Amino acid sequence: MTKSELIETIAAKQAQLSSKDVELAVKTILEHMSQTLSVGERIEIRGFGSFSLHYREPRRGRNPKTGDTVELSGKYVPHFKPGKELRERVNLGLQAGL
Amino acid sequence: MAALTKSEMAERLFEELGLNKREAKEIVELFFEEIRICLENNEQVKLSGFGNFDLRDKSQRPGRNPKTGEEIPISARRVVTFRPGQKLKARVEEYAGTDPQ
Repeated sequence: MTKSELIETIAAKQAQLSSKDVELAVKTILEHMSQTLSVGERIEIRGFGSFSLHYREPRRGRNPKTGDTVELSGKYVPHFKPGKELRERVNLGLQAGL
Repeated sequence: MAALTKSEMAERLFEELGLNKREAKEIVELFFEEIRICLENNEQVKLSGFGNFDLRDKSQRPGRNPKTGEEIPISARRVVTFRPGQKLKARVEEYAGTDPQ
């Protein structure tokens, strides 16, 4: 499922809203989430999961083309931990043979 | 630390888009529920600019009860993984925080 398919699915269930409204809403939600993570804050959605930042230590890397060593500084990367309900539902899908 | 929750997301839809509070709450609820429905049907979810939710099937493997040391198999399972997109990764990398979470 892509973002536009997600928008269509939600719009089909919210008849009083136009797809344009739903499109704006989905984009606003995603922007809110990205913004939150980019200032180092967590996101917690019960039954879905939580997003946080994980720190990556500085390391010495290599340019794969030239073989030169490059110093890579420490950085943060987004991390998602699925919540209990999501974990269970996805596993039931496996057991149902999906 | 304070974390972003569904109610703040709904509040923002109310403030920025002028949806009424009930609609805003329903959309936020549906947003996460539709993603869950997709994933439970073993379908990947791709949200460009944000990231992809992928599924991985893991086979059974031997495990141990860390308390008793007793061997117990870890059953086969399907897990959700999140791969952040380029745009989100770039925005997060710019965060110069000093206290890793």
